[in-house]
Amino acid sequence: MDVNKNTYTFTFAIIMVVVVAAILSSTYIKLKPLQDKNIELEKQQNILSSIGVNILRDSASLIYPIYIKEELVINSKGEILEGSAFDIDLKKELKKDKDSQQLPLFISEVNQEKKYIIPLRGKGLWGPIWGFIALEEDFNTVYGAVFDHKAETPGLGAEINRSFFEDQFTGKSIFEADKLVSIIVVKGGADPSDMHAVDGISGGTITSDGVTDMLSERLSLYSPYLQRMKLDNEVKSVMSEMDTVSSIVDSIIN
Amino acid sequence: MSKESLFSKKNRKLLTDPLDDNNPITVQVLGICSALAITVQLEPAVVMALSVFFVLSVANVIVSLLRNLIPSRIRIIVQLVVIATLVILVDEVLKAFVYDVSKELSVFVGLIITNCIIMGRLEAFALGNTPGKAFLDGLGNAFGYGFILIVVAFFRELLGSGTLFGTQVIPLEWYIENGGFYANNGMMILPPMALITVGVLIWIQRMRNRKLIESN
Repeated sequence: MDVNKNTYTFTFAIIMVVVVAAILSSTYIKLKPLQDKNIELEKQQNILSSIGVNILRDSASLIYPIYIKEELVINSKGEILEGSAFDIDLKKELKKDKDSQQLPLFISEVNQEKKYIIPLRGKGLWGPIWGFIALEEDFNTVYGAVFDHKAETPGLGAEINRSFFEDQFTGKSIFEADKLVSIIVVKGGADPSDMHAVDGISGGTITSDGVTDMLSERLSLYSPYLQRMKLDNEVKSVMSEMDTVSSIVDSIIN
Repeated sequence: MSKESLFSKKNRKLLTDPLDDNNPITVQVLGICSALAITVQLEPAVVMALSVFFVLSVANVIVSLLRNLIPSRIRIIVQLVVIATLVILVDEVLKAFVYDVSKELSVFVGLIITNCIIMGRLEAFALGNTPGKAFLDGLGNAFGYGFILIVVAFFRELLGSGTLFGTQVIPLEWYIENGGFYANNGMMILPPMALITVGVLIWIQRMRNRKLIESN
């Protein structure tokens, strides 16, 4: 058989393509459910990790409902919408314009205190980066943050998913008085007293800047909701102070 | 005709040659791109070495089995399809069963497709040799590649970050921040230092192994 004839070459190429396509697509179909499960568990694991609950991925589906009490979908005006927050694909939402995006928000309870977890997604150097940032009940102080990435350079940008980077966010604040200032990742090191800045990663400047942009972009959409909840909080605390004052007054009078 | 044993002297040479005399990185200078990209830390370097190990040995065997059927005009395309198929299979299997490893590798799984060592071995060896020999050649070259990768990553992670496999090995009290005398060399984590480290390795190898020195 002459392997250099045109007909042979074409036949060989066609058979090869068909065989390879069959192998690859059947593997993909077989493995897809397992892969999806991994992705779902990882999301639960990441959400829990942002509130400081570090677990193995396999146990995520059991522990997740213990901590996450409520899942909300809101819009950029701060109104609460219908829908399942967990199933929202931020990748798709980010393509819509700001006002029509559905914004997921997870509310968890740790030590009887509520934590508000905001999912993040943005662009790194080579591909998407994402994460979750958990806020304290004051809707201002960061309780914890996790980040992850698809394809950042190992040892450089990829370090955003390490605890030395993520832990810096704890205790920082996102509002200055009533203005959202977010948190900036600073190249060359941030002033430790700056409540709105953390140290960047050497050699990972573009990824670090990606984290900064992602935080300010995402948080700005949640800002109306957070502002309103903050206001509610203040009203509540004033009310409770008035209660105490009136009870003191009562006790004096009596 | 007496059948040659798989581990005859000649065949053993297929396995050992790429470790030193014919190392794919330091002698053939192939696969430098991935050596630059993933040697900042040891862990991805080890995982990359293992994946290349699998892809190279299996691709070598497949191409060797098909060597008399592959039309020579489209042989490069056929080789590429074989490599790409294996790499995608590896990636899908990793994602389903060992998700953490697949995250560690991320884009570099895809980079295996463009690793010139694999293409080079398929073209130079597997197309003209029997599957057994091609398998040994694949193993040998993957070892030779992985060995250099791990050595480079060892020095880059140790000197650049003071860690090995992510664990701090240089005592923290040595650091200037903590009143010591030591600082990590930030240069080591940048790509050019991988080239310089490979250069130093080539230098050391040629000092030891005189027959590699070209006479001119």
